[in-house]
Formats: sequence, C-alpha cells, structure tokens
Amino acid sequence: MSISIENMTKSFGGTPVLRGIDLTVESGELVALLGPSGSGKTTLLKIIAGLEWPDAGALDVHGTDWLRLAAQDRRIGFVFQHYALFPHMSVRDNIAFGLSVRPRATRPPKAQIAAKVDELLQFLQITHLGERYPVQLSGGQRQRVALGRALAIEPSILLLDEPFGALDAAVRRDLRAWLRDVHDQTGSTTIFVTHDQEEAFELADRVVVMGDGRIEQIGNADQIHDHPASPFVARFMGATVELPVTLNAGRAEAPGLDASRLPRRALPDGPATLFLRPADITPQADPNGRWQVARCDSNGAILRIDLRDGDSTIPVDLPRRAPQAAALTRGARVTLRPEAGAIFPAPRGAPAPITPVEHRKEKAI
Amino acid sequence: MTALALPHAPGQSRAVPRLLIGLAVVLTAIFVVAPLVFIFWRAFAEGWAVYVANITDPMTRHAIWLTALVAVIVVPVNIAFGIASAWAIARFRFPGRKLLMVLVEIPFSISPIIAGICYLLLYGRQGLLGPFLADHDIKIMFALPGILLVTMFVTAPFVAREVLPLMQAQGSEQEQAAVTLGARGWQVFSRVTLPNIRWALLYGAVLATARAVGEFGGVSVVSGSIRGQTNTLPLQIELMFNDLNTTGAFAAASTLTVIALVVLVVKAALESRR
Repeated sequence: MSISIENMTKSFGGTPVLRGIDLTVESGELVALLGPSGSGKTTLLKIIAGLEWPDAGALDVHGTDWLRLAAQDRRIGFVFQHYALFPHMSVRDNIAFGLSVRPRATRPPKAQIAAKVDELLQFLQITHLGERYPVQLSGGQRQRVALGRALAIEPSILLLDEPFGALDAAVRRDLRAWLRDVHDQTGSTTIFVTHDQEEAFELADRVVVMGDGRIEQIGNADQIHDHPASPFVARFMGATVELPVTLNAGRAEAPGLDASRLPRRALPDGPATLFLRPADITPQADPNGRWQVARCDSNGAILRIDLRDGDSTIPVDLPRRAPQAAALTRGARVTLRPEAGAIFPAPRGAPAPITPVEHRKEKAI
Repeated sequence: MTALALPHAPGQSRAVPRLLIGLAVVLTAIFVVAPLVFIFWRAFAEGWAVYVANITDPMTRHAIWLTALVAVIVVPVNIAFGIASAWAIARFRFPGRKLLMVLVEIPFSISPIIAGICYLLLYGRQGLLGPFLADHDIKIMFALPGILLVTMFVTAPFVAREVLPLMQAQGSEQEQAAVTLGARGWQVFSRVTLPNIRWALLYGAVLATARAVGEFGGVSVVSGSIRGQTNTLPLQIELMFNDLNTTGAFAAASTLTVIALVVLVVKAALESRR
C-alpha cells in the first residue's frame, strides 16, 4: 500500500510539532523516520496510525482518504516502543487479540485463529513461549510478541515506534536483521521511527531525516552521509566542526585551511560555513600552520586530538598509524586538510561559531 | 537509626525496642481488641436465644435490610462514577479536569453531617427546592432517596481514588494498541482497561461498601430516623442504645462488626494480589 502525505501540520497546545510534511512511501518500501527527540517523527507515525489527528493536510493510502477512517478501520500494525502487550493475557491471547475482537460476521472460527497464532509463533521463532505471560519474557521476546500481535491482522501497513529503543546492543543487532527478513517475507509497507542513524541506515530502503517538525532530507545512507541537505542534517550526521570560510570560485578558503581535497561547489562567492566530521580532518604538520596541537590522547586505534587557534578549539580523530600521526606532539603547528565536508552559505548576520570542544563528548557517545 | 534495624549488638540495651513493642501491644489491646471483644460479649450477655431475638426483631431486621439495600444501590453507582471520572481524568485533557479532580476528593474533607445539612437545605420541605418537590409529590428528605444521596456523596471518592493512580501509571498505550488492532470502544474497555484495574476497582468497592454500611452522621440528618422506615443499622443501634436496650444495641452492632471484619479480610486478600 502506498502512502501519500501532503502538507501536514500539527501542534500541541500552540507548540508546532509538524510544520508541513510532504512524504510519499511506495508500496512494499521500508522507510525510517530518523531524527532527534522532539523532531515530530513519532507524531507523524501516530497520525498515520490514526492515534493522532493532524490540524491540516492530507493522508492518502492507496487512493483512500485515511483521515476519514478511524484507527480501527485502517488495519495497520502498530508496534509501540514499550510494546504495550496486554499483561493479563498469555502470549497466544495477545497475538490472537486482533482476530478475536472482530465482529462475529468476519471473525475467523476459533480453530482458524489458533492455527494463525501457531503459524506466527513459528514465524517469530517463539513457539515455546505461547503459554507465557508478558512479565515472564525478556525485552527481545516481548518485541517479537508485539510484532506477532501486529502481524496477526495481516496489516496493510506496519508502523514501528523506536522498535529497538529499549533493548541492549546485542539483541538490537539480532532483531534488526530479523526485522528486515520479516519485512522481506511479508512484503508489507513498513515505516519505523528511530533516533539511531546506524539502525536507520542499516535497515531502511530510504531514510527520512526529520528535524523540528520538518523533513530535512530523504535519501539512502551514502547520499545523506556525503551530501547533507542542510546544516541540521550535517550536524545530526556528526559534522560537529563548523569553520567559517570564504567561498571563492566554488572553493572554500580560510587561513590555516588546505581545502584541496574538497571538490568545487556550485555556490556563490561569499561567506560560508564548512561542516566537518572530526574523522574527516587530517592535520598536516606545517611550521607556519595556524592551528596548534593542544591535546593528543590515544585510545589505541584512534588519536583524539584537540587543535587550538586562539579561542577556538576543534576536535580531530586520526588513525594512530596514519603517517601524519608521528609529528603531532603537543604544541606542534598544523594546517587542516579536510578529506570531505559540507559547505553551506552563511546566513546573514553573525558568522557561524566554531563548535566548542565540550560538544565532542556528547557526540562521541 | 541503623542500630534498630540491625541484629542486636552485644552489650547494647534491649529495653527501648521492648518498651516500644510492649506499648504498641497494650494500646492495640485497649483501643481495638477490647472494644471488639466487648461488643460480642455484651451481644451474647443474655444468651444465644436473646441474641437471635434481638437480631430478628422486626425493627432491627428492617434496619439491616435497609442498610443492605443502600449499599447494593450506592456501590454500583460509585463503581460507575469512579471508573468514569478516573478514566476521564487519566486519559483526556479537558477544561475543568483539575476541578473534577478536586471535586472527587471533596467528600473526604467535608464532614458528612455538613453534606446532610446541605441536602436538607436543598431538598427539605423548607429548602430551596422544597416547594417544587412538594408540588410534584417527590419525597427526598426523610426517605430512601435522601439516604442514598448522602451515602453516595460520602462514598464517592473511594473507587475513583483507587483506580485513578493505577490508570495514570499504566498510561494509554495498551488501549491504543487495542484500537489499532481493531477493538471498538466497549471491547477496549472490557478486554484491556477493566482487567488492568480489576483489583484496584474491587478494593475501592470494598472500602466504599464498608463506608456505605457504617455511615452515621450524614444519614442521621436526612433520614429522620423513622423506625421501621428510614432507620439504617447505625441509626438503629443508637436508638436502641438511647432506649437503654443495651443488649439489643450490641447485638445489632455485632452484625456491623462482622461486616467490618469480613471487609478487612477481603481487603487484606486484595492487597496481596495487587
């Protein structure tokens, strides 16, 4: 089922959470809504599910206006972040719920429901858990049951809210691959919400990056990684170093900067900001360089270096075995040579500041 | 502080803990156990036959029946009101929500006798709505409706107060999940909401029942204490006591006490299940 969202807005008590969303999802596609908390991604998911209603805009699914349909009539599978299993029902009853609440005329006979539950337990690889209750299950098992419950009604669209948010890293990786399999086998259109880039890029056909109620960029991992569409996406993708530069014939220029590795950009001359990832910067030893090594720590594989120029400090990550590494002792002077970066014309007004080094700790997590 | 919680250190005096425990036992005996024993002792003071006669006295029997009737009507109404108000407060944001939260609690902070007087001033013959009610031949004061109203008022918070915190803690995700799975309003309520709150609900209902059966102050204002007509069990006990029929009063009291004890046991059983 293809989904088409047009110009959708929504605010909670005067605070806008969606500021005009346009999005089309093709039938059978697996799409990730990626963004920091508060970007409106969960609200968008709940609107598609019929658990929230937009202030304005259109939601069409396969040519039907879904804003006229109650959640009950949309036949969607929704998997909640914290699973929302029914604690007083066994796993079997949880999975059978969607079938057993159908009106008598369309409700399958008991034997058929039981067969369907068996089939799903098998499919989800949890046959031995059928008689258990949710409290007796681990997080990963609950996730599978929640998905089984959603799949039981053979949903036209599968929606997952932070599906792996509450799981530990190892289980996450397992379930991620498994969910991809489930999607490929059921072929249902799937949208999931996440704030984890790795998760989004590994799992989804297309990633929709959201920030502050808007869609900032839509694309696959490489596109978004190499060509962020906005300063927001660049920062979100880890480009925490922001250098003020001057564009001249499509090339960034700044004192102490060697931009020879960056391709020319079709941008007007004038002030701009260069967004860089700490790992994409190679410091070149240069006795006349503006930047000075203020700190240099090793974690074995990577050198974490702080470079200082007057009041501004930028972090750089360099492989310890890189040829340049030997010369980078404290106090050494260097020139910056970015290997990749994104340039955006500076907004009128104050020049973009260089990110203070404190930010690095948060981003390193 | 830790000395009390830890095993007894050698050489340290045991006098203080022993004194405190002893004090608690003595006070419990004086204020709880003794009156309880006394009730049954006095009720049976003139023998089993007199006890049965006292209990089966038409006036007492009527009082028991009336009290049961009041509980049977009031408690279901309270359950419905409690669930409805808790659901509204926990699940929705609407103007007046805070006010509703306060209103639900009001009966706890107002003396029942004031509630009784308010109803009297409103529905009594000299009351605000008195002439209107008299014109339409509706009798609220000194009749069953008045007793029901006051008892409902007094017991209103019990169910809501037990159910509301649970509903707030559980959030609405399970209900939303049920909706996305195609469940209609009633199915969501009966298959998801109700099973989640059943023990709290029962607990609140038990407390409300105990209160409805034992309510004295408010009912005494609005019932008029007409023997064999509007006398509930607590009022009947007082009447007999004032008539110097002590054995009869204690016999009637023993029935209330049994109800209270049963409630206590049910309550303890429910608490362990929650």
